[in-house]
Amino acid sequence: MSKPLSTAPLNRHYLFDQIFRYSTLFFAFLVFSLLVGIITSLVIGSVPAIKEFGLGFLFSAEWNPVTEKFGALVPIVGTLVTSIIALAIGIPVSFGIALFLTEMSPPWLRRPLGTAVELLAGIPSIIYGMWGLFVFAPVFAEHVQPWLKNAFGDIPFIGLLFEGAPMGIGMLTAGIILAIMVIPFISAVMRDVFEIVPPMLKESAYGLGATTWEVVWNVVLPYTKIGVVGGVMLGLGRALGETMAVTFVIGNAHQLHASLFKPGNSIASALANEFTEADGELYTASLIELGLILFCITFVVLASSKILLAQLKKREGKVT
Amino acid sequence: MLSIYTRRRIINAFNLTASMLAMAFGLFWLTWILFTLLQKGLGGVSIALFTQMTPPPGSAGGLLNAIAGSMMMATLATLIGTPIGIMAGTYLAEFGQRGWLAPTTRFINDILLSAPSIVIGLFIYTVYVAKVGHFSGWGGTLALSLIVIPVVVRTTEDMLRLVPNGLREAAAALGAPQWKVVTLVTWRASKAGMVTGVLLAVARISGETAPLLFTALNNQFWSADMNRPLANLPVVIFQFAMSPYEDWQNLAWAGALLITISVLGLNILARVMFRKKSSFN
Repeated sequence: MSKPLSTAPLNRHYLFDQIFRYSTLFFAFLVFSLLVGIITSLVIGSVPAIKEFGLGFLFSAEWNPVTEKFGALVPIVGTLVTSIIALAIGIPVSFGIALFLTEMSPPWLRRPLGTAVELLAGIPSIIYGMWGLFVFAPVFAEHVQPWLKNAFGDIPFIGLLFEGAPMGIGMLTAGIILAIMVIPFISAVMRDVFEIVPPMLKESAYGLGATTWEVVWNVVLPYTKIGVVGGVMLGLGRALGETMAVTFVIGNAHQLHASLFKPGNSIASALANEFTEADGELYTASLIELGLILFCITFVVLASSKILLAQLKKREGKVT
Repeated sequence: MLSIYTRRRIINAFNLTASMLAMAFGLFWLTWILFTLLQKGLGGVSIALFTQMTPPPGSAGGLLNAIAGSMMMATLATLIGTPIGIMAGTYLAEFGQRGWLAPTTRFINDILLSAPSIVIGLFIYTVYVAKVGHFSGWGGTLALSLIVIPVVVRTTEDMLRLVPNGLREAAAALGAPQWKVVTLVTWRASKAGMVTGVLLAVARISGETAPLLFTALNNQFWSADMNRPLANLPVVIFQFAMSPYEDWQNLAWAGALLITISVLGLNILARVMFRKKSSFN
């Protein structure tokens, strides 16, 4: 009989396994607690403002550091309006780009063109801001704004949107710059979901004599509907929180206007402009509360985007 | 009255042309922005840009302190964020099959990936800068590392999932304990992909401005003290671009060119590395 093998090495490895396993678990938990930490710290930071203004903070358009009266309405409206403009321009363009890349482009052009559009996402947002302020805004004020004013200025209601002097900066400019910034995100998601459509589905439609457009509109789009909406939400999440590009071109005025030509403010740009200069507990707390509101809005938008995209993935394997 | 067939053909041609125009529209902005940067920034690129400090208004100077500060913060943030990201990503891919933590963390990580970076700055301000009482390079580093983490977690998990299970099983069958399987087999197999993730993270933080505004702030002078406000390229560009002085604006354009070239260069490098890896498979 030989001596039984020692179990010491096995035990040692078991110990190492446990250590390794639990240290990865610890770091995963750290990432998880980051979100909790962000929300908690922002809530604690904004307590003075919440106590002072309550729910009225959300609906008051006043923003006066001297009298210490603060309301978030102007930045919230600014954030939403610029993001909506961005989506209104960005969605059709992204759809066109995704359509071109998946259905029309010759295969050898696909990769370089796709990369080029993705590089648009790589350009830092401060570059968009500088370019927007110094290059785009003057061109926009000289050529596009007067034209918009002539074309739509006299129509009742719609005309109100294009009132005021063409200065180049303002809500509309910020929205357009945001549109350029979200195009790569939305078009990348759309391209990816268009590519998961089973070729057999598309070929069947082509076989019945459908044109390329009919295949995309009646087969590809319904199949990937959820994913497309998810991509749009992702773009919206980006647009809502974008800071530097908007700060440069929105004009930073705490005023509410119907006109898109007038300067406004977004949550992120208000923070960027005023936070370091804010003195007084209430002023700082109000700005932190603005940040909290922004975080909550983007959280909801990004979470729904994530859920929609996950649903599409689940359906992928099934026969429909 | 057009026949149905002609109408369908016309609609098809019209929409496909529109899609081509959309593509051109996207490329148009990219070329316009890059062209502007080259046109306005190239003139400012000189030896002085890399050897002199940021000047007071109205005199010549360079961006040395800003470049150095940015590099210090980006390096430290990568060094802090990468191990955390890799470990968390490893948990998600290798150990997180059961339980609530892995799916929840994955979900939260994806949200942090696109969360507004200014809120990250605000978070670090409330938990670190406000407690310490002054803006500092460490604050900026922490804020940037929080942006690195989700990027690295995501790519690490994706890359580890690409490793065929046969490799893990083969190692386990030879008697390797799990920690050895992960560190010596799966990590090694997905090394190129993980490096890609780190490069993308570096590219992302090199251009970030918003989280630095309330954390590192800025410093007009040379400083290597991470405990004091630290000059950094994005915030210097922001301040100089918004100033009325022409010298400052020119420096801002040169800095903008510098940042864009490095960020796009890193992006392209990451892609090339990843492609090599995928063709190897």
